[in-house]
Amino acid sequence: MRRFVLIAIPYVWLLALFLVPFLIVFKISLSDSAIARPPYVPVLDWAEGIWAFLSQLDFENYVWLTEDDLYWKAYLSSLRIAVVSTFITLLVGYPVAYAMSRAPEEWRATLMMLVILPFWTSFLIRVYAWMGILSQEGFLNQFLLWTGVISDPLTILNTNTAVYIGIVYTYLPFMILPIYSALDRLDGSLIEAAEDLGCSRLQAFWLVTFPLSRNGVIAGSFLVFIPAIGEFVIPSLLGGSGTLMIGKVLWEEFFSNRDWPVASAVAIVLLLILVIPIVLFQRNQQKQAEADT
Amino acid sequence: MSIPVFAPWEDPSNTPLIRFVDVTKRFGNFTAINNLSLDIYEREFFALLGPSGCGKTTMMRMLAGFETPTEGHIMLGGEDIDAVPPNKRAVNMMFQSYALFPHLSIYDNIAFGLRRDRMPKDQMHARVAEMLKLTRLEKFAQRKPHQISGGQRQRVALARSLAKAPKLLLLDEPLGALDKKLREETQFELMDIQESTGTTFVIVTHDQEEAMTVASRVAVMDEGRLMQVATPDRIYEYPESVYVADFIGDVNIIEGTAAPLGQDRYSIKWADGQAPLTATSPRVFSQGQACHLAIRPEKVTISTEKPQDVDNLVQGQVLDIAYLGNLSTYHVRLPSGTVIKAQTANTRRISRRTITWEDTVWLSWTATGGVLLAD
Repeated sequence: MRRFVLIAIPYVWLLALFLVPFLIVFKISLSDSAIARPPYVPVLDWAEGIWAFLSQLDFENYVWLTEDDLYWKAYLSSLRIAVVSTFITLLVGYPVAYAMSRAPEEWRATLMMLVILPFWTSFLIRVYAWMGILSQEGFLNQFLLWTGVISDPLTILNTNTAVYIGIVYTYLPFMILPIYSALDRLDGSLIEAAEDLGCSRLQAFWLVTFPLSRNGVIAGSFLVFIPAIGEFVIPSLLGGSGTLMIGKVLWEEFFSNRDWPVASAVAIVLLLILVIPIVLFQRNQQKQAEADT
Repeated sequence: MSIPVFAPWEDPSNTPLIRFVDVTKRFGNFTAINNLSLDIYEREFFALLGPSGCGKTTMMRMLAGFETPTEGHIMLGGEDIDAVPPNKRAVNMMFQSYALFPHLSIYDNIAFGLRRDRMPKDQMHARVAEMLKLTRLEKFAQRKPHQISGGQRQRVALARSLAKAPKLLLLDEPLGALDKKLREETQFELMDIQESTGTTFVIVTHDQEEAMTVASRVAVMDEGRLMQVATPDRIYEYPESVYVADFIGDVNIIEGTAAPLGQDRYSIKWADGQAPLTATSPRVFSQGQACHLAIRPEKVTISTEKPQDVDNLVQGQVLDIAYLGNLSTYHVRLPSGTVIKAQTANTRRISRRTITWEDTVWLSWTATGGVLLAD
């Protein structure tokens, strides 16, 4: 009985806070927009009966998503931005993680602290800080003008470049930490063995170090990719009108357009797109756990 | 027909495969290797033996190329290899942790070094198959290292380091992770493999039994110096210092002062009220020089009746008996307080043993049974 209660707690939690809201959103996505409160029909009315209610639901909004090219362009653009920024994060994060794992033992805790430190400030404030850095009169332009590298200020803010900078900056720790933990566990004598058997330093890295940190790379990539694809704050604050991301479309659909049913459909499709990488991520974690035992 | 004795170190016309020439290695202020010279010959099975921190692992890492000497040179086949990086040396190493690549199969682990040499596919396959057969691992070729036992992993590590047919194979505590029974079996396997491949082996170990079993010569090290380099039997029977005598096997050390009796014979005055002992020694001692008589327990005869016509005779009381199954070691306390160990083979069943605790017994040994050592 006690065991049952223990298991029930997380399930009830998931049911109440994930499954029920999901079903509500799903129901709204099947409704029609209306000038009412709430702004959609039908609403469940026990007097009319449940069948009358269900018969009014349809997949019209999903059809609409395929008809207006705004949506699939936004999905594709989000996907592209997420993939590219995940890749850049990996390029920046891997060397950092590698350097951390090679650093003297007594420094490592400090280095780890430095990686986590940004989380102590509000995410929103940090994104606003980037606006100050990247704007026309921002620190970056002032610095570059002062050093004489450029003669006219660069336009970075309100472009896709700013969105990439924002995403890479924000999610870098999620890439560094899993890679670091994989590299940290690596037995140094493996590298020596590789060199002993005829590898140069670089070959030893590609043939031994990198394959053995692969699980960390995969975990880190998913941890960046999954939140990046639905990112809303960064594109709306740093990106411009040309930045098309599904999170932004979703927000506009909800708040500017007040079309809750279409917005819900957008959200459901986004969730379906994300289920694939989440399942892959889970499988990677599981495989890693098996390999460790 | 007699089998010629393998002893290339006896013949001065032989050139050694490896030469350490006045090698010193320092790590900061710590001197790991202190001005050491050593020759190792081709086809030898050479053991570096010593307690942890004596510098034996540093010696091995310098041979592999992971460390370079601070002073002096290391020659391999007549060439100075100080500046040659590990991946360019015809030397392979078997690591203490085995260092098998966990993401590669047993086959790919063994093929790893061959692939780096860009060996043609069919040749490589033949070589790996040969190594798998040598180490009896054919059935496990496609497994990953975590899917096989510790003993099998040890053999994979050996196969991988032998695959490139190195001039010199280094083994860093190769059997340390195995249990005693398996370790003893594997020692003989190692010797067979060394003999059949004709590779020069240098083994690092802190286990003296292991070193004595496998090696053609043993170097006993302490604090970055070589204490003695000799064949196992010479190390055991003719140690050159109290340190070596004490480190290898069990030994009784009796301190005293020497007095020459002529013809290599010495009388040793050792404890008040005891008759002086007699020992022979090729080493020359002057009148009254402090000396140590090292005598192995199995060279001491224990008896309940006073034996006649013996060189050395003492009487004492049995303090302890260590029963090892095949052997028994008796700890006998002399009136002077000194404890002498005597060992006998248990050729009789234990119930018929005649000597027991608190018995008064006689210990005797011959003049040639012990080794007389200077301070």
